[in-house]
Amino acid sequence: MIDPSRRSWLKASVIIAAALLAAACGKKEEAPAPQAAAPAKAEPLKAAWVYVGPVGDAGWSFAHDLGRKAVEAEYGDKVKTTLVEKVPEGADAERVIRDLAAQGNKIIFATSFGYMEAMFKVAADFPDVRFEHATGYKTAANMRLYDSKFYEPSYMAGVIAGKMTRTNTLGFVGSFPIPEVLRNINAFTLGAQSVNPKIKTKVVWINTWFDPPKESDAAQSLINGGADVLLQNTDSTAVLQTADKNGKFAFGWDSDMSGFAQKAHLASCVANWGGYYKKAIKDVMDNTWKTDRTVWGVKEGMNDLVKVADVVPDDVKKKVDEIKQGMQAGTFEVFTGPIVDNTGKEQLAKDTKADQEWKDKVAFLVKGVEGTIPAK
Amino acid sequence: MNEVALLIAATIASGTPLALAGLGLLLNEKAGVVNLGAEGMMLVAAIAGFAAAYHGGSQWIGFSAGALAGVAMAAVFGWLVIWLNTNQYATGLALSLFGTGLSAFVGIGYVGKKLAERSTFEVPGLVHLPFLGDAVFRQHPLAYFAMALALGIAWFLYRSPAGLILRSVGEAPESAHALGIEVRGIRLAAVLAGGALCGLAGAFLSLVYAPLWVEGLVSGRGWIALALTTFATWRPARVLAGAYLFGGVTMLQFQLQSEGVQIASQLLTMLPYLATVAVLALISRNPAWIRINMPGALGKPFHPGA
Amino acid sequence: MLSFEVRAQPSVAMSFASPLLALALTVAIAALLFRLLGRDPVSGLGVFFVEPFATRYSIAEVALKATPLILCALGLAVCYRANVWNIGAEGQFLLGAICAGGVALWVTTAGIEAPRGVLVPVVLLAGIAGGMAWAAITALLRDWCNANEILVSLMLVYVAQQLLNYLVFGPWKDPLGFNFPQTKTFVAATLLPNLLPQSRLHIGLVLALALVAIFWAFLFRFWGGYQLQIGGLAPAAARYAGFSARAALWGAMLISGGMAGLAGAMEAVGPLRQLTPYVSTGYGFTAIIVCFVGRLHPFGIVFSGVLLSMFLIGGELGQSRLGLPNALTGVFQGLLLFLLLACDTLIDYRPRWRRLVSARDEPATPAQLPAGGAP
Repeated sequence: MIDPSRRSWLKASVIIAAALLAAACGKKEEAPAPQAAAPAKAEPLKAAWVYVGPVGDAGWSFAHDLGRKAVEAEYGDKVKTTLVEKVPEGADAERVIRDLAAQGNKIIFATSFGYMEAMFKVAADFPDVRFEHATGYKTAANMRLYDSKFYEPSYMAGVIAGKMTRTNTLGFVGSFPIPEVLRNINAFTLGAQSVNPKIKTKVVWINTWFDPPKESDAAQSLINGGADVLLQNTDSTAVLQTADKNGKFAFGWDSDMSGFAQKAHLASCVANWGGYYKKAIKDVMDNTWKTDRTVWGVKEGMNDLVKVADVVPDDVKKKVDEIKQGMQAGTFEVFTGPIVDNTGKEQLAKDTKADQEWKDKVAFLVKGVEGTIPAK
Repeated sequence: MNEVALLIAATIASGTPLALAGLGLLLNEKAGVVNLGAEGMMLVAAIAGFAAAYHGGSQWIGFSAGALAGVAMAAVFGWLVIWLNTNQYATGLALSLFGTGLSAFVGIGYVGKKLAERSTFEVPGLVHLPFLGDAVFRQHPLAYFAMALALGIAWFLYRSPAGLILRSVGEAPESAHALGIEVRGIRLAAVLAGGALCGLAGAFLSLVYAPLWVEGLVSGRGWIALALTTFATWRPARVLAGAYLFGGVTMLQFQLQSEGVQIASQLLTMLPYLATVAVLALISRNPAWIRINMPGALGKPFHPGA
Repeated sequence: MLSFEVRAQPSVAMSFASPLLALALTVAIAALLFRLLGRDPVSGLGVFFVEPFATRYSIAEVALKATPLILCALGLAVCYRANVWNIGAEGQFLLGAICAGGVALWVTTAGIEAPRGVLVPVVLLAGIAGGMAWAAITALLRDWCNANEILVSLMLVYVAQQLLNYLVFGPWKDPLGFNFPQTKTFVAATLLPNLLPQSRLHIGLVLALALVAIFWAFLFRFWGGYQLQIGGLAPAAARYAGFSARAALWGAMLISGGMAGLAGAMEAVGPLRQLTPYVSTGYGFTAIIVCFVGRLHPFGIVFSGVLLSMFLIGGELGQSRLGLPNALTGVFQGLLLFLLLACDTLIDYRPRWRRLVSARDEPATPAQLPAGGAP
């Protein structure tokens, strides 16, 4: 009787041999050297996007993909886009980005923080390719950064929440305590406090990017604890629908979620990446691309608060509009002192407007927020 | 509303899909078949149920579709494992892989879609009882079904002749075969029933719990349900208890977080898993108990006349 | 109807033919699927089977991705042969990464200067120790409380993940990292030396192949390995022969924990060079599949590790080259695994077509149960 163990590697070796045979028949050359910039008129510009989640998540990656589609709509034949979804943020990312660069893509967008190191390494090897990293901080001659100001619509949502709450308790369902999320929680709370100083915000972390049933659990627990208006930075409609089920209010996030819960939906905080992507492509085509860090918000059309519900009273709608106009004019700054954190320490002095560096370093929760972040 | 009552209600809701899947897997395992494909079955059933409810308009159509999808997946598994005698663990893993990919693939068009307005459920009359009304009587019908099912399966296994046959097939299939029992047919029936229940559990997630479809919706609950059958030392009532324990501690740690307890949220997130391990350690101390309940031929292939 | 009867001897011919048959069937179904999706089947298949071997860099990547799979699967093979069902290799992998990363981080922040030949082994040993410690918890609970190791090891995976999160979001967070969850990048002396220039392949591969040989010897040439396997195959006989079940449990768990820990350590100080929440992409779970497809044999595991690695990379290439949805990879992997398992049946069983005979009229009597088998 053939030793079952030998069978296994006999079997597997046959498969590998077959594959290698096939490979030998179709052997390509060694990894191609970075191509010289092709004349943009003859060939379409190849652009690639790397997503951390599935395009069908109806959330973060979905919104970026809408941006990619906007590029296709705008440039038609002059651009050829590629996307790779569900790329894990660990060691695999480098391979994917490197392959995209080697395949002739001239500009590559990596849409999540965890791709930073990988992109940085690949950028060093492909000086002719442009690399764009969302939400990061490392740059190079051919690598730059872009980001959005979600805290602006979060602030406006807070204003609405502050007026709509009857229990003076707001709830926030968070994925991970990364700086952007902390900024959003703070903006939400500050916005609410500006119209209703008595509110407090309860925060719950689900510690995963993606688990809609857990988002429902978290939302339910906040509601059980007395919250009647919820915000989230998780990607699905679970929180909104749980609020609906319980007769409470909530907001949409990343995309317009008004269709999901007529009664519960107050407004949606969205990001429109298309505008930035179109600009980036144009920069490459016009040869005006240079390393910088672009952070766009309501003013540039990158962020917005949409579909404000009818149930919101007119005076609140008016206030939100005023704030929005202020943001569009560049005169309204969400993080204006005095800001005190929930341990009592002052983080921003009275009447000071926070600069980009302050916002990047946000590692606290403002007064009025009940919740924890791991201490250093 | 009383906070404790709300916590109990949330626990029951959270534990129901785990209980349904766990009971289905229990039936499988009592007949001697380990099905590691629970996650894949639940995912395929979740998208099948969602799609059916979306097109058909009613969640009961969705539940039927989900159960049927579970049966279909289980049938493939059952044929491979019972008739072709493939390794049960490997085949189950393949089923999970396949189901994950298939559900994502088929579900591409359903992301971002919304089901028709659903109603809230409550047991008329009983819901007005103080405390108990809020705690127990505002659940979806499937929650009560899960509880009744646990009792029903316990009765079936330990008090009915058919249940005895099922258990004998799982304990000592050769002896059962010698007595004229159609071992493979019964194993298949158990696998299909298990598939139907896992299907219901998956559909519950996409139709009631979230309710929505995105790929990966089940997020590992199939594996938790599998773990629960060993936690429950193969007794149906214990599956229910384990499901509620897990669901309850999950809700409890959220509550602790929202109350601002000064413990890092990651450590609190560990609690449901640690609690399950701790309780298992406590209740497993009597080895005889486990031996009595664990099916003797679990995981081993059976071939008549081999 | 089709029935299967046991072969007197497993068929040698089918041992060779079965994987080819499975492969052919997978290819056929895949080609059909590509057609239905409106893609050219040849390029579709090429992306999965040919492209991963097309350039030196991509071959190195296949090897790089296969290394942790092989390491984990080697340990799991010992476990499963001893009938200890460790499902928690993922958690042990993470603890290995945490411990190794912790040591590397300490070296980096404390500015310790030491030669690479000293630091790298220390870091790897820390990883092994971490994985072993995590596995020891499962072994302990099984030993003292009879707690089933499937449940305990699986639950500990989730605990390990949250532990990693806690560390990189909290005490180990890089103070200059703008508050993002990551540690500092480790200093070069703690990193694994590179094996192939212009690739990410590190000496981990050499170590893994050496371990393949060691494990083969352990399982098939050493008394200890023999004892473990008998304990798994025939526990009563093992007890009678005086083999300690307790030693088998601890041995199996510690070995598999150590191997998974080593794999995690290599990932942290190999391609990643820091700790982030995303150290593992499910290696511990994929390794279970690698283990089974390799039929729990060290040589088989090498090939199945390469095969699965090829599939995963092929899935990425399918997206970037052909625009195929990511979900297709899971479908193909599951399909190939199904077909491999199904075709393997033909090695031990012969298919037979029989006239439909009702077996319900009379119960099987001993006279009707010859070696040929009843329908």
